[in-house]
Amino acid sequence: MSDDALSRVVREEWGRLVALLLARYRRLDLVEEGLGDAVEAAARTWPTHGVPDNPAGWLNTAASRRVLDRLRAEAMRQRKVPLLVTEAERGQERAGPMADTGDLVEDDLLRLVLMCTHPALASEAASALSLRLVLGVSTYDVARLFLVPEPTMAARITRAKKKIVAAGIPFSMPTSAALPDRLDSVAQTAYLAFTAGYAPGSGADLLRADLAGEGVRLVRVVLAQRPTAPVLVALLALMLLQHSRRDARVGAEGELVLLADQDRSRWHPEEISEALGLLRSLGHIREMSAPALAYLLQARIAAEHATAATADDTRWDRIVGHYDTLLQVMPSPAAQVARAVAVAEDTGPQAGLSALEGVQMPGSHRPASVRAELLVRSGRVAEAEAAYVDAISQCRNETELAHLRGRLAALAPGLRPAEPTARGALAASGDGGQ
Amino acid sequence: MKRYLILIAYEPGGWDRASEEARATFFEQHAAFSAFVAEHGRESASAALDDTDTATTVRHVDGKVVVTDGPFAETAEMIGGYYEVELPDLDSAIAAAALLPPSYTLEIRPVIDVT
Repeated sequence: MSDDALSRVVREEWGRLVALLLARYRRLDLVEEGLGDAVEAAARTWPTHGVPDNPAGWLNTAASRRVLDRLRAEAMRQRKVPLLVTEAERGQERAGPMADTGDLVEDDLLRLVLMCTHPALASEAASALSLRLVLGVSTYDVARLFLVPEPTMAARITRAKKKIVAAGIPFSMPTSAALPDRLDSVAQTAYLAFTAGYAPGSGADLLRADLAGEGVRLVRVVLAQRPTAPVLVALLALMLLQHSRRDARVGAEGELVLLADQDRSRWHPEEISEALGLLRSLGHIREMSAPALAYLLQARIAAEHATAATADDTRWDRIVGHYDTLLQVMPSPAAQVARAVAVAEDTGPQAGLSALEGVQMPGSHRPASVRAELLVRSGRVAEAEAAYVDAISQCRNETELAHLRGRLAALAPGLRPAEPTARGALAASGDGGQ
Repeated sequence: MKRYLILIAYEPGGWDRASEEARATFFEQHAAFSAFVAEHGRESASAALDDTDTATTVRHVDGKVVVTDGPFAETAEMIGGYYEVELPDLDSAIAAAALLPPSYTLEIRPVIDVT
């Protein structure tokens, strides 16, 4: 029982505790270490002495004591230590001691998130650091989730923490004018962790769904602090819609199951309906940053898929409309390719091929593979063969390579692939993901 | 307060090609930077540097000092000047640097206190 209580309080309160201790002691290294020691002590004593009435308070007190011990020991040695830049420090320098109003705790957590996702940190490092400091995921688990050796991840996190202190990345609230931009960085960091969870074909799928889940949790934590920030609402909707399909994405052999072929009864309806609610709460497009708008449009595309009873019921006309807007807000070759797929589903392969013309996506097999599928559907088998060869030469992903080779082999004379497979292969790109 | 060196890199020849009007805007942008720094911290040193074709590079090779002509890195942009400032944190250093002419690329480096 006490194990459950401890893991729950670590899961739910870690970020808040880190933020609280940082605001007080301004020492990133000591705070994390002190909290780690406190959790260890809890694991030792709670099973025999029972779970305290206020587990988070217990951890806070134990960690504080530990940090103070260390600070005293350091003071004895008179070591000079770099401190985190906090508003309290800045306030003291200018206007003497700040009054503790006692209601800063919620903002402390947001400050911690803003510090971890500062644009001056490399975005993978920021994602890893957020999982560690805000969500309390252990370095071992962060390494596992990002598929790198633990020492590599430990070094990456250490470097990020060092940069925060050395470069003076503040633990403070930006001005209200700058906050929306910073929330965009928070969203980008969380979405990076999330999409890393769905990078196709790299590693064990279960672990990766865990990482996507942590990305969702990170957005929920920040959204709790700023419940009406459009970028966070739109992003959470997008993530939930994509995440709701996790169980249907992988087949019995561990192979990727494309959107049109997925068993829709295995999608998570409660997540879909939460996402649709979030989209409704956003209402019409008001003042939104470009990233917020891009998440919103991708979420609306995903929502069209999520609300279609079967793949055949998909409203491709609406999806094409969303892609048209998306390309105005945030043009990208990936979105152009996805739009071409939607156009093909809506008005036929010829229109899709026209939409694909002139799309350049260096280093990606995606345009060639979509083109190949559309050529097959148009009955232009010889050209399709050439396009498959082109796609195969550019593809670096084993799962997709196997798929493309299979499609090419199926093109043998008189063996045109059956329509449902061709359609499924194509519709995967219409998913509205990236 | 933290000390930062803000290194200014830009495309060579930009200044020579600039019109009188564009040059006046450059001066205004530097003035805006200095005003921001004065309000939030302190400017301790600044300078513009001569072109990279006047640069001399000194390095140690096999225990001997080797002096060569030219800058140390082959890049399209070159370091053209710097500011040394004291500001509360990186966000204020970024805010100050953002006031400088937009054609610059700026590198902000914390200065290490070795004493």
